[in-house]
Amino acid sequence: MYSWIWHHLPGPLPVRGTTALVLVLAVVALLLFVVFPVASSHLELWTPSL
Amino acid sequence: MIRTLVRGLSELAVTAGAVLLLFVVYEVWVTDLFSDRAQDQVAEELREDWTTGTPDPEPDLGQAFAFVHVPRFGADWTRAVVEGTDPDELEEGPGHYVGSAMPGEQGNFALAGHRVGRGSPFLALDVLRPGDPVVVETVDAWHVYRVTTTTVVDPSESSVVAPTPGGAANGEPTGAFLTMTTCHPKFSTRERLVVHGELEGSTSKTAAPDGPAALEEV
Repeated sequence: MYSWIWHHLPGPLPVRGTTALVLVLAVVALLLFVVFPVASSHLELWTPSL
Repeated sequence: MIRTLVRGLSELAVTAGAVLLLFVVYEVWVTDLFSDRAQDQVAEELREDWTTGTPDPEPDLGQAFAFVHVPRFGADWTRAVVEGTDPDELEEGPGHYVGSAMPGEQGNFALAGHRVGRGSPFLALDVLRPGDPVVVETVDAWHVYRVTTTTVVDPSESSVVAPTPGGAANGEPTGAFLTMTTCHPKFSTRERLVVHGELEGSTSKTAAPDGPAALEEV
């Protein structure tokens, strides 16, 4: 999967490296700000009340 | 063929592991960022409400209505208390059990707060010692509670937030109590850490604009 993405990124090495980094950061941001907040509110992992 | 399959599966497993680790980072640290901002906002709104008029005696869910000061947690440690103990409310700060007494009243002024993550308001609840002051500030008064006991209970023991702690859920209060509950042990919800206190006295803000002496203790 990762090697497939890497081979399909356009441009010379520095450009590909930058694109890859931006992709990783985009996925991390999507997880932190969209997926995890929704998942966390459904899981209700922490309940300090009783 | 098999090589591709194995590589694909191992990449998937590594990715899943990384996502799980990131989720832990999110729960323990990133939620603090969101909650600190929410807490600042409700605190600011409450200060504004207090300067512009008389606040609603029955706050809406998620609305702040008092400040709790715990000198043992730090000289300036204070959090705005919001109404309600559902996840959305507790994300903003310590929450007041709906239906429990209001600050200074007869009955049990009961609060819940997160232990780790989401602002971690009650992270250090276990360091409170009997006699420690917990000062609750309302629009017109300071209510000084003194810690009496610290216990660890099963999540089913809801009698700790009864009008008289340990009594019946609909029983008559036998005094003015304070109860603070949080998760226990840290990073777990297996049990609840419960700190009880009793009202020592209340002072009006006109008599003590800068707060009672108890704020300077510890």
